[in-house]
Amino acid sequence: MTVTFPQKGLPWLLLLPQLLVTAVFFLWPAEQALEQAFYREDAFGLSREFVGLENFADLFSDPLYYQSLVTTLVFSFSVAIAGLSVALLLAVMADRIIRGKLAYQTLLIWPYAVAPALAGVLWWILFDPSMGPIALWLGAAGVEWNHYLDGNQAMILVVIASTWKQISYNFLFFLAGLQAVPRSLIEAAAIDGASPFKRFWTIVFPLLSPTTFFLLVVNLVYAFFETFGVIDATTKGGPGQSTTTLVYKVFDDGFVGLDLGGSAAQSVILMGIVGLMTVVQFRFIERKVQYS
Amino acid sequence: MIENRPWLTFTSHATLLLGIALVALPVWMALVASTHPASAFGVGHIPLWFGDAGAATWGAVLFDKAGNGVDVPVWFMMLNSLIMALGITFGKIAISLLSAYAIVFFRFPLRGFCFWIIFMTLMLPVEVRIVPTFEVVANLGLLNSYTGLTLPLIASATATFLFRQCFLSIPGELVEAARMDGAGPWRFFFDILLPLSRTNIAALFVILFIYGWNQYLWPLLITTDDAYYTLVMSIKRMLSVTDGDIAWNQIMATTLLAMLPPVAVVIGMQQLFVKGLVDSEK
Repeated sequence: MTVTFPQKGLPWLLLLPQLLVTAVFFLWPAEQALEQAFYREDAFGLSREFVGLENFADLFSDPLYYQSLVTTLVFSFSVAIAGLSVALLLAVMADRIIRGKLAYQTLLIWPYAVAPALAGVLWWILFDPSMGPIALWLGAAGVEWNHYLDGNQAMILVVIASTWKQISYNFLFFLAGLQAVPRSLIEAAAIDGASPFKRFWTIVFPLLSPTTFFLLVVNLVYAFFETFGVIDATTKGGPGQSTTTLVYKVFDDGFVGLDLGGSAAQSVILMGIVGLMTVVQFRFIERKVQYS
Repeated sequence: MIENRPWLTFTSHATLLLGIALVALPVWMALVASTHPASAFGVGHIPLWFGDAGAATWGAVLFDKAGNGVDVPVWFMMLNSLIMALGITFGKIAISLLSAYAIVFFRFPLRGFCFWIIFMTLMLPVEVRIVPTFEVVANLGLLNSYTGLTLPLIASATATFLFRQCFLSIPGELVEAARMDGAGPWRFFFDILLPLSRTNIAALFVILFIYGWNQYLWPLLITTDDAYYTLVMSIKRMLSVTDGDIAWNQIMATTLLAMLPPVAVVIGMQQLFVKGLVDSEK
């Protein structure tokens, strides 16, 4: 128990700025979203009527909404799995070597600092169907590349751009996890004649599982909520709806489609999902404490 | 080193170098593209080696105008980005330090409730409740202003948590000793708490600066006046011109300039960056 100061008014003064910002820019909008979700407004914002749960009913009977949910899941798991595998491979290699570890680390971690929208633009031009070098190479290899028309290719493109940015993060956490694996275990296995490959799968990988699980959650959250820029700067959710994730749809329906009630209902559902994910994350963090 | 396996060591280095090359590939291409005139880009053709128009392009976007419908120069938008990033960073650190101080070192009614309210901000990323937040800011008349760019983003549960953890680890004897010597809460805060949290603040600064600089959707929505354009969001405006007229060289130069400051921060302050990353996930 920490020793405390006796003042009664001061703590409120200290908390005031944070509470004020939270109330005005978080609680008020959240309340507005909750309210709007039960109303239907005309496109000019002139009149609105109470419609009860109709906005939600519309959403759940809208095949596009389910499609967007599937898109989000496919996108998020692809980003998470691709990002984790590549980062794990690189981290295992970096953990093995002795010379130049820091140099490799420096050269691998900088994409973390690149804004998602910029990551999107960088890969966009590489894959541009008419002049992008990768698209041209693929064309020469017999793969017709056009993400303006092919939804799956558009998805692959946003997955690559989003993964590229996240590899550095995963790499750092895997490397830290690998360095925490007790050397004595690995040495013992080596003396018993286990090959490096076998040692990895039977000792290192299982011991890494808390890190892996933690990164899986973080990557899913990242793909869910922080990749808006990648999608908006490149595919804008298209072609068709093939890269419209749930978060992108909230924006698209609200600002482009001007369906405020529908967008608000989606916000409410997303807030529920975020709440759930936060609880999962925190439960896991409690477990992680026990591990260490 | 467990055993000497030269081939495995070789493979490790090779894999890492390949990884680095793949990670750097898009930036390399962007750099090459920015050194050619706009006319060099066409169907089936993109330059693969450096041209000689680099200085002209970089000079034009930096000092004249970014082009593609954005009429302000990059240095000007960099300044806006810097104001926004530093505003968000200092704002978040200041209000989080104060509220963590209140929560840890004082006992008052509704303490747990306040903590939960702050906690909720963690659950609601701005993209999720974007429409109502935009309306609130519009109602307050904060569109096209630095206040509108920074203020809505400075509430931070992450920073508050981090400082709370850090403060909780400070021994109670220290507080007792300070009180016995007659130090009031403010003196304790400035003379003992702040110096003790110096590394934490620095690490958080790096992470929050990157977060602030890379804001995209929020500035895109609330700035229509190019006097308040930030660098990262201006890319979207530049891409909005009709397809045939896009000057890719200018877009690539602007993109590289937009990622330069945060990348420089990560590389230059690598240790603090790693510490900040690990700490803010606890």
